[in-house]
Amino acid sequence: MKVAIIKYNAGNIYSVVHALKRLGVDPILTDDAAEIHAADKVLFPGQGEASQAMSYLRNHHLDEVIRSLQQPVLGICIGQQLMCRHSEEGDTDCLGIFPIDVKRFRPTRHEDKVPHMGWNSIDVNCKKDEETCDVLFNGLQNNSFVYFVHSFYVPECAFTTALTGYIQPFSAALHKDNFYATQFHPEKSGAVGEQILKNFLAL
Amino acid sequence: MLAKRIIPCLDVKDGQTVKGTNFVNLRHAGDPVELGKAYSEQGADELVFLDITASFEGRKTFTEMVTRVAATVNIPFTVGGGIGELKDVERLLNAGADKVSVNSAALRHPELIDEITNHFGSQVCVAAIDARMDEQGHWTCYLNGGRVPTERSLFEWAHEAQERGAGEILFTSMNHDGVKTGFANEALRRLSDTLSIPIIASGGAGAKEHFRDTFLEGHSDAALAASVFHFGEIRIPELKQYLQSEGINVRL
Repeated sequence: MKVAIIKYNAGNIYSVVHALKRLGVDPILTDDAAEIHAADKVLFPGQGEASQAMSYLRNHHLDEVIRSLQQPVLGICIGQQLMCRHSEEGDTDCLGIFPIDVKRFRPTRHEDKVPHMGWNSIDVNCKKDEETCDVLFNGLQNNSFVYFVHSFYVPECAFTTALTGYIQPFSAALHKDNFYATQFHPEKSGAVGEQILKNFLAL
Repeated sequence: MLAKRIIPCLDVKDGQTVKGTNFVNLRHAGDPVELGKAYSEQGADELVFLDITASFEGRKTFTEMVTRVAATVNIPFTVGGGIGELKDVERLLNAGADKVSVNSAALRHPELIDEITNHFGSQVCVAAIDARMDEQGHWTCYLNGGRVPTERSLFEWAHEAQERGAGEILFTSMNHDGVKTGFANEALRRLSDTLSIPIIASGGAGAKEHFRDTFLEGHSDAALAASVFHFGEIRIPELKQYLQSEGINVRL
């Protein structure tokens, strides 16, 4: 299986590489359109600032590449946010794969610190009209803990597949067609995160 | 709900953990990578590795260890000890660390925190502070692992570190460290209630109740300990079960 990780100006991509290697997959890190299109699975991870990340993606024509992908794609953390329509971070127009806007956390109590950093639980049975959880969460107990580090969030929407409560409920994960995304870091989320990555690789 | 974090801390010298360990079923308890993996499997929420070697060769060994930890461990980890400038941070993050902790160098050159957070973001920068309370109740920051006193007050410096962009404060009370009678909850509470970034309590863990107290009374976001974990006096799964039974949200 060929797995591509999109190379751009957002840090902390090595932990995703390590996590995939632990699952027996040797990913390629690339910004080459042909290589990305040829991959069986594409990961779009990272930590960074939205406007700088988007201008880098546009300058390298990676925005069009990502939007045109047909194979399973997994956005992680800022990857999820960049797959949305717009972000309050730097008032940035994003990729528009998920028609929803990214907001900044506005705490109402002192104990709600921003960034939201640490382990929080995900409700994967939040889709009321469906009996089963999203395929990404197969084999997981509901309300499993995963690791988050972020100051901006995706509100609950029609594409939400997992909800987490912090200040208010927000989208811990999204799914539309071949596009999947998590706000948390599966690559840093212990055995739960490994199961999620396995589920994605098995799509 | 966001969980309170339990963080074992490993002191590393020349690639080996320093404090003795009492881990059954672990063939190389001195190997920080194997020990870190064992802790993560037990349910530790994060790990901290502190480099206590001073030599150039020791630094190199430590960086190699960080690379091995990153390849092996599937939870976040922080590295610290001897970070003096931006290029140390870059080296350790490139080796795969999630966060770095800065201590003496940041007290001497506070702009180091701005540089780290401007380059790599606030979330990678943990400001570690060693402080001691005098008889009048004033908390003073110390340099070089608690050997050299400064003029800085704990609260003033913690506030400045936050303003400069630090993502977390790791506060070690020298009065409580090694005494095993509980964390410095009064000072921790003041830090937590006046700052807007997470506070990690360090120094004083001796019993499970001490962790409960620092979360409930000290308002700490995370608690760090070394010897109680290394010597097997407190086991992380039992600690977390206990904390949950006391109504504290932990990751189980």
